[in-house]
Amino acid sequence: MSEALTLAGRCLRMNRRDPEALFMAILLPVALMLVFVYFFGGAIDTGSAYVTYVVPGLLVLCAGYGSAGTAMRVTEDMRTGVVDRFRSMGVTGTPMLAGHVAASVVRNILATAMVLSVALLIGFRPAADPLAWLAAAGLLLAYLVAVSWLAAGVGLLARTPEGASGFTFFLMFLPYPSSAFVPIETMPTWLHGFAEHQPVTPLIESLRALLLDEPLGSAPWTALAWCGGILLIAVAASNALFRFRTR
Amino acid sequence: MRQPPHAAVEVQGLSKSYGDHAVLRSVDLRVEQGGVLALLGPNGAGKTTTVRVLTTLTDPDAGSVRVAGYDVVTERRRAQRAISLTGQFAAVDETQTGAENLWTTARLAGLTRAAARRRAAELLERFALTDAGGRLVRTYSGGMRRRLDLAAGLVGEPRVLFLDEPTTGLDPRSRRQLWEVVRELAAAGTAVLLTTQYLEEADQLADRVAVLHGGRIAAEGTPEELKASAGQTVLEVTAADAAAFARLEARTPHPVAHRSPETLTLSFPTRGDARHLRTLLDELDPGRDEITGFSVRRATLDDVFMALTGAPATETTGTTDAKEPSHV
Repeated sequence: MSEALTLAGRCLRMNRRDPEALFMAILLPVALMLVFVYFFGGAIDTGSAYVTYVVPGLLVLCAGYGSAGTAMRVTEDMRTGVVDRFRSMGVTGTPMLAGHVAASVVRNILATAMVLSVALLIGFRPAADPLAWLAAAGLLLAYLVAVSWLAAGVGLLARTPEGASGFTFFLMFLPYPSSAFVPIETMPTWLHGFAEHQPVTPLIESLRALLLDEPLGSAPWTALAWCGGILLIAVAASNALFRFRTR
Repeated sequence: MRQPPHAAVEVQGLSKSYGDHAVLRSVDLRVEQGGVLALLGPNGAGKTTTVRVLTTLTDPDAGSVRVAGYDVVTERRRAQRAISLTGQFAAVDETQTGAENLWTTARLAGLTRAAARRRAAELLERFALTDAGGRLVRTYSGGMRRRLDLAAGLVGEPRVLFLDEPTTGLDPRSRRQLWEVVRELAAAGTAVLLTTQYLEEADQLADRVAVLHGGRIAAEGTPEELKASAGQTVLEVTAADAAAFARLEARTPHPVAHRSPETLTLSFPTRGDARHLRTLLDELDPGRDEITGFSVRRATLDDVFMALTGAPATETTGTTDAKEPSHV
């Protein structure tokens, strides 16, 4: 545990010296939000103010995009002699990756706060009580941890940071075929199956219901199950990968 | 209690293969407490793999490997606490400061926050990096980076230090500074195993040298013993032309220590006295018209290396061994 904290501190210090990456992680979701609200929003009818409809999806997109950056950082790390030094000191894969994941979570909490602030400025009007805010934050946190760890695993698999960055695109596009930007009913029928059952849909639905005080249904549990499942697989797979890649 | 007089490194019958490529074939090594062993070998000879096994990064396929008295497989944690590795690739973060790098490593070595801070300051001082300690490593010169890397390896006060090509890519001045540090450590009782492609480095630092070739230890001894095995003195002759070179080479009844068709030179181990030299020259060139020049010099580790491996130490291609996996 103290190993993981030391390593998280290391990753955070190193992040702080890479302001461009942090800036991108915040700027891109904010820019996307402005594009959707002001360029496309007028043409999309969701039955309410579009900014209010779109913010939960954007928060998830932002979280996925930010977490995916972990992949590149892990790949970068594996290319130096640092991993060998730490391993020769008895540090195993789990604390090594946990450090990256913790740093990713801190980074993304900052980015999420920024996106949310801008959203409130341009007219996002949530109707959530403190408990609902807390629940929403908890769900987003679960997603951040799960996706960051998955990204760390991808980072172990990739040979170059450029390769690892492909994962960022995958996670950025995942929210598009979901209810993030437009209601699923408006999509072609063949896409409904995927859009309704893919992992980010229940998460976006839960955040929307929690923040706008709408009926929740079973979405939060489905979302948590997805996050838990992804995390379990990511931890197991990345542990095996770490051993394999460092032998 | 463990019996105290164990060696710092004891390796017996170490074998390691990657797929069906045997990198190490029954290697035996021994480094006494406070001793410095240089592991010499051409690229692909298995030097890095040996270091990786000794520092618990890679498991051996066969053989017994003990460092500081602990088995690297069954007593991994204890072994890890007694050793330190400074590998071929710099193990410091470019975007942390020197002090932060040392602090991080010290914390991972189990020091408390306060102790880690003290240790970092101590090491910066010792390696003449105090002024640079607050700067990001990406602003450091190659020599400073290497010193920091070595310093980071010393946070846990290791009993056995492993250095994999510690001075590759350093300028001569930084190289000498690093040698000085290694000498001080050895004088203070730290055992050192270093790999190198520079024979001068082995000659300068090591009290014992092992030559690794094709995954086997081809020779082992003090630098003096090894040089003696190549003949105390070497006669180097220059042929008149390529045809003369070929005839000389075909005619000689003596072991050739070194041949270089490009410069038309051949060298032979000799006893060094005038009588032996005269006989040798006569035997080589009875017509007295094929040798245009000669020189006599003391044998170097280069000659040993050539004699044992058939390749100059710094040659990077042309060995028959496949390259070791790079682990990058």
